[in-house]
Order: sequence, then C-alpha cells, then structure tokens
Amino acid sequence: MTTFTPKTSGEVLSTIAWAVAEGTPLEIIGHGSKRGIGRPLQTEHTLDLSKLTGVTLYEPAELVLSAKAGTPLAEIEKLLADNGQQLAFEPMDYGPLLAGEPGKGTIGGVLAANLSGPRRLKAGGARDHILGINVVSGRGEAFKSGGRVVKNVTGYDMSKLMANSWGTLAVFTDVTFKVLPAAETEVTLAVRGLLDDAAASAMALALGSSAEVSSAAHLPERIAARVAGGALGSDAATLLRVEGFGPSVAYRIAALKMLLGKAGPLEEIAGEASRLIWRDVRDIRPFADSSEKPVWRVSMTPSQGHQMVLTLRMQAAVSAFYDWQGGLVWLRMEEGDPEAALLRGLLRKHGGGHATLVRAVPAHRAALPVFEPQPPALAALSQRLKQEFDPKNILNPGRMA
Amino acid sequence: MSGLAMPKPDDATMRRRDEIVADMRIIVPGEGVVDAANAMRAFESDGLTAYRQLPLVVVLPETVAQVSRLLKYCNDRNIRVVPRGSGTSLSGGALPLEDAVLLVMSRFNRILAIDFPNRIVVAQPGVTNLGITTAVEQEGCYYAPDPSSQIACSIGGNVAENSGGVHCLKYGLTANNVLGIEMVLMNGEVVRLGGSHLDAEGYDLLGVMTGSEGLLGVVTEVTVRILKKPETARALLIGFPTSEQGGQCVADIIGAGIIPGGMEMMDRPAIHAAEDFVHAGYPLDVEALLIVELDGPGVEVDHLITAVEAIAISNGSTTCRISQSEQERLSFWAGRKAAFPAVGRISPDYYCMDGTIPRKELPRVLAGMRELSEKYGLGVANVFHAGDGNLHPLILYDANVPGELDKAESFGADILRLCVKVGGVLTGEHGVGVEKRDLMPEMFNQVDLDQQMRVKCAFDPNHLLNPGKVFPQLRRCAELGRMHVHRGQVAFPDIPRF
Repeated sequence: MTTFTPKTSGEVLSTIAWAVAEGTPLEIIGHGSKRGIGRPLQTEHTLDLSKLTGVTLYEPAELVLSAKAGTPLAEIEKLLADNGQQLAFEPMDYGPLLAGEPGKGTIGGVLAANLSGPRRLKAGGARDHILGINVVSGRGEAFKSGGRVVKNVTGYDMSKLMANSWGTLAVFTDVTFKVLPAAETEVTLAVRGLLDDAAASAMALALGSSAEVSSAAHLPERIAARVAGGALGSDAATLLRVEGFGPSVAYRIAALKMLLGKAGPLEEIAGEASRLIWRDVRDIRPFADSSEKPVWRVSMTPSQGHQMVLTLRMQAAVSAFYDWQGGLVWLRMEEGDPEAALLRGLLRKHGGGHATLVRAVPAHRAALPVFEPQPPALAALSQRLKQEFDPKNILNPGRMA
Repeated sequence: MSGLAMPKPDDATMRRRDEIVADMRIIVPGEGVVDAANAMRAFESDGLTAYRQLPLVVVLPETVAQVSRLLKYCNDRNIRVVPRGSGTSLSGGALPLEDAVLLVMSRFNRILAIDFPNRIVVAQPGVTNLGITTAVEQEGCYYAPDPSSQIACSIGGNVAENSGGVHCLKYGLTANNVLGIEMVLMNGEVVRLGGSHLDAEGYDLLGVMTGSEGLLGVVTEVTVRILKKPETARALLIGFPTSEQGGQCVADIIGAGIIPGGMEMMDRPAIHAAEDFVHAGYPLDVEALLIVELDGPGVEVDHLITAVEAIAISNGSTTCRISQSEQERLSFWAGRKAAFPAVGRISPDYYCMDGTIPRKELPRVLAGMRELSEKYGLGVANVFHAGDGNLHPLILYDANVPGELDKAESFGADILRLCVKVGGVLTGEHGVGVEKRDLMPEMFNQVDLDQQMRVKCAFDPNHLLNPGKVFPQLRRCAELGRMHVHRGQVAFPDIPRF
C-alpha cells in the first residue's frame, strides 16, 4: 500500500506513467470526501492530489479562475467571496450525508463528480462552468483542452467529457472555471403546507413566470424541520429563491406573491436565513442522520418526480424531498434495502432519467450498480471511450461499473 | 479553392457511384436522393463560400430508421458521409467531399413536443433555431441562444457547432441550453443522450457531441430548455474616443456585478459602414461604440441603466444614448445587426474571423490588427461580442484581384495566431471546420490533438464521418491505440514517493 502525494503536475505524470508500466491500478482521491460513492475499489495504491494545490490565476474582471486540482474548494469559495464573486453552480458538499467532515473537497473533485446545487436549475452545473483542463490520462499522457475564455469551440469539449467521469478517464492537474458575480440580494418565498402534487404545480407556475426563480425545492411535512436548525418548523415548505439587485428582487417576490397567493400561506425569508436553508437543501441535511439507510439521488423530468415517489411508496417505505422544481429527488430508503430494480423500473415508466445510490453500505455498493445502467449501445460507446483513455484500467477501476 | 488539402477521394467508391446512388434510392425512396450535377449545385458549399465541391450524391432522409440504415450501409462499405443541416456554417463544416454522401437533415423539420410545465421543446434537427421560439412565443417563451443566422440555421446544426449569439453572455451557449439528443452513430446504432432531466449519468457525451462539428454522429432529435421572455429590454448606445476606454467600460460593468443581456462593440470602420448602410444614428466621431442591453423586470432594467450610464461617463464616454422606446432600442441594434452586409457594401468581398481573447487584451489585439492591416494592404472592420471577448474581424478584399483571397486568408490566420498568443482561442462560435483546421497546431500540440482523435476513434473508428474537417491530419485509430510505455523506461523505475 503506497499513497502517492504529488506536489506538481510533473509528479502526477510520472506516478501514472509508473503505474501504467507496472500495470498496477490507482485509486484517485482529493480529500476523499466522496470516496463512499461508487463501487468500492480494491487498488493497492492511492494517488492523493490533496498536496497539488494553489490558485494559479484569478482575474475577477475577466470572470476566470484557474487552480491546481487539489486546491480546497473552501479556499476558492472564500477567495471568490472576498471579491464579491462565486461559483454560480453552487457545488454541493456530500460530507454531512456520508458522515464526513463538512467543508472538505477539492476543486478537481467538484469537476470529477460534476457537482452542482439548487441553482443548477438556472445556472447549470460544474460542466457548464468549466473552461479548460490539464489532465494526465490512463495512458500516462499529459494534455490540455479548452482554455480560459467562455466562447470557445476549438476542438472537442474534452472538459465536459471529463466532468462526471469520477476519475476513470484521466486525472486533473489544473482546472479553469468561469466565475460570476455573487447576487447582491437573496430572498426566498416559502409556500407552506402543500402536498407534493400541489407543490409541483406551484413550482411549475413560478418557474414559468418571468420572476427568474433561481431555485425551487419542496420539503414535505417533517422534512422541513430538518434544515436550518429547525427554523422553518415542520409544515411542508415549497421554497422559491429569487436573487439579484435589491429593487428587482423586491419586485419579483411581489410578483410571485400575486401568482401564488391562493396556493397556500406565504412566508418571506431573506438574507442569511435564506442562505442557510438553501445550503442545507444543497447538502441533503434532512438525510444527514449518521445512519446507513440507503440514499438515492434521482434526476428526472420535474413534473414526474412526485408521481414516481407516490407509486414507489406503495411498495417501499421512503422519505423524499425535491429540488430543481421536482426534477431532483432525494430518497431515503427507510427499511435498509436500496430497492434498486424497483426504483429504476419506476423511473423508466416516469419519463426516464438516472438514479445514483449515493449512500449505501459497501456490500450494497459492491453488489448493485451505483450509477444508472446504460442501454447496450451507449454502454459500449462509454466503454470504448474508457478503452481509449485508460486501456489498462489503471484509474479508479470499476468505480462506475 | 486556395490550397486546402482534402482527403484523397476513394477510387473504389467513385467507381461504384451508380450502384451507391441506386442503393440510396432503396434506403430513401421517393424524392430524397439527388444525383444530377445541376441539382446538387445547391449543396456545393455552406456559409464559407470560398470553398465549393460537388458531393458524390445528396440524400435527404425523412426517418431515423433511414438515417440509421444509410450510415450502416456506408460504414459497411467504407463510404464517407458529410452531414449537413441548413448549410449556414461559416467554417466549411458542411463542405461536401467528392467521394462522400451528403446527408442533408432538412426534412426533419417538425416540432415533436412542447411541454410548458417542464419548459422543454423536443424538435427534429432540421427545425430552425427561430422556429423553436416561434412555436412557443404564444406563451411568452423563447429559446435563448440566438446565432445571427437564426432565421435559417437548424437546431441540429446548432448542436454540431455549439452555436452562440449576442445573448449567450447571460443565457449561455447551445451546450448550456440543450438537455438531450437522439443521435445515430456511424455504425447505425441509435443512442439517446440526456432527455428532459438535467445532467448525464456517466460520461457527459452530450457535452462532447455539442460542438463536435458532425464528426461523431448524426443528431436526429433535440430537447431544449425554453425560457420566459424578459418583461422588458432597454439598451444604451455609448461612444468612446478610444477602444481602451470602451474596453475598460466593459470590464467595469462586469466588475460591478452586472451581466448584461448583450454587450457589443464596433470599431470606427464598422461604425461608419453600418451608419452609411442603415442610418441608425451612430456617432461618427468615436473610435469605439458600445451597445449594452439590459433585460428583465422594468425596475431592474431602470436600476441597471443608471448604473451603466455612470460607469460609461466615468470612463470618458463622449456620447451616451438610452433607448426610450422599443423602436429606439431596435434602432440601436439595426446597425450592429446589419454590420456584415454593411461591410459587404464597402468591399467586394469580406472574410469573417472568429477568435476569442481575454477582454483585457482588446487594445493590444486591435493595435496588432492595424499593423497586420498595413502589412497585407487590406482593410479590416471589427465587431466584437465585448462581454465574452469574441472578436469578429471582417477582412476586406476583392476575390477578383488575383492573390487577394490568399492574402486575406493569411491575414486572418495571423489574427488568429495573435488571439492564441494573448491567451485566447482560434474560434469562439463559428467552428474549426476546414477553415481553421490547419491552424489547430497553433493552439494544441500533437499529444493534445491525439486525445481529441481518441474521442473520434470511440465514435467513428474508420474516420468515415465528415473527414477532412477539424483535424489537420487524421491518425489511424489502430496507430493511436498502441501503448508506448515500457517497463524500466519511465522516470521513476522504483515506486516514487512524493
């Protein structure tokens, strides 16, 4: 068991070149904050990027930031916040759910898992904000793709290919992201007491308006009590976030109140209280219970989310809450069985999408496909890409299998 | 054609042309096969008209099954295929090859589904970009990416090129607004990437397909996100005595946390050409003219107009007009939108470039362009997506003067080299195609290019789909597949411990 902790991209390259020559696989980690996701690895050696750190370029007026892959996300977010900017895709933190320390994770891990948060609905995910990468492939070849400018169609967008590849195609050494101004003002409108189907209608109405809602989540009864230290109370809360300049936010909140006045009792939550709620929705706090009950992350057609959950409840005991207008469903399986086949079967009947088993005991992760299985032609295509970039199966072997 | 080497036509394919045409008529019955030279003439080039070539045969399928059969047929027989949407590419991406079937997707022209609660439209790839907005505007919705060819360009072509437009600074490129596609691989397999949900599970192949210029697969269905139209939009028309001041104004607007719906700059030659053509009321005594459009609720727009005006004044603007009506806003845009034809009036021909640069480098790049303009003895007018650093220099030349096209192309290549040198890229939104293919090594070394070809190998190992585009030289997949690593020859023969 050797853990390699390179401090330069050259050392990353020589480590991987060595592993290729030896035919010995590597587990690729940053802080290890998402190590519990995916099929458990049994590699002899680990490539730890947590010492490959540092912001190498930050030009606020150009809306661009480059950093070495192991740079802590927290460090980057602080630097941006000090300049009134942010990663608009609001990368989530799996730490609380996976019983890890909150606030961990590297910028490379953000891209490898294509993280995002409640603002994904309006602003996109990591894949939408990555501008360029330097990587080392499983062939031991260092290469770059993209650049530091937003408008760029020069060659294939390899940065997107590597987003969500969970370290199975190449190892990032440097990443360049688009950054954006942080909103001056944030207000959340909460509609209280709605059942799931009424909440879905309210969220569709709000998103279909010109109020530019940046996030829309629904926390059913009791789940609502598990965010922001119980500040919401336990009644169901359908949350609509509006961000921007003060006068605009006030106007749009007023417009939403007119639109949803008949849907249920309304509450306005501003500033820090709003931010705390969305942070906890983002980090799946309602299910951060230190238990081993399986948790699923399901991305699907927004209007279908609550309907699938309704059907699922006839056959399994589940807790659920919804982000992304209902299109991101977080499920906790209360009886301990992931019910993978049941869930995925229902998902197909409800417009398709993908279900990822983000929390499960190692035995379940070893026995079940953690990531959504692909149809044969697509699976074969993905396998051919893996073969092109990591023919000897050196990088995180089997993690996405 | 000026010195562009395309793949050598395959003799066996050329000899079998009659047989191939007959087989195409079996795969696509009816009117969908065009093989007469005079009828194929309409397809001999795309928006990059300097290059022309008649294809082997033109085929216009109507169903996914036909596309699948056609590609499998060609794959099995080693016949090249060039896909084409509306043919508005400005980089020669749809330029036919003499020995290739030209696969035209224009008969895939139906909207398949409109879903307002989920804010998505499912369209066939031949539907025009504007056609999507037209289909949903009765509900006050629109599709955000707006390439200037939007009246004609197809949504499938937008996916192939990752098209942008004036509003992509705020609303993103095609890649940020497409949720899913159905596509056919060269071997005839039909795969779906994404859908009406967000993000891909597994590798982001949708992200790779977007902007792949027709080399990886043929798109047969597209799912896009639609948005509610902003309540209002107003624009400022701001003139500066120098481009440096204009550039600083752009930086300060963004520095103030404002992302305008559109932010366009024109230089003196472009301003004069546009004003002479459409009489938009542009000031003629400025070096740089900035159009800043703000959209959203009225109170927000009013709030930001005041902020932008103050920033403009602090940067020494000599004129600053604020649109007071929709008519006036459109008049501000009239000159910018007519900039290309306006330049067409002052020069027999023009050649449109498309580099992107870090915004702060604008003065340096404009100065460099002036030097190059003198060196080559050709004029240049600049329109600039100022918010995201995407330059469109228009090089003025006369194709009837021997040697001027070559000179214009060399001038253009030097501009793009300059863009790369200051940290930018060869193409912001028009694509590599054939036009910038041979410049790819300016930005990428051979190892970088090899990785892009590895992607190609996973999708189309025989290099049959749109060859001669994007890559200066295609390497055989078998050759790329070899591993060049030997035990004992790496830098650390023993286990390295850092």
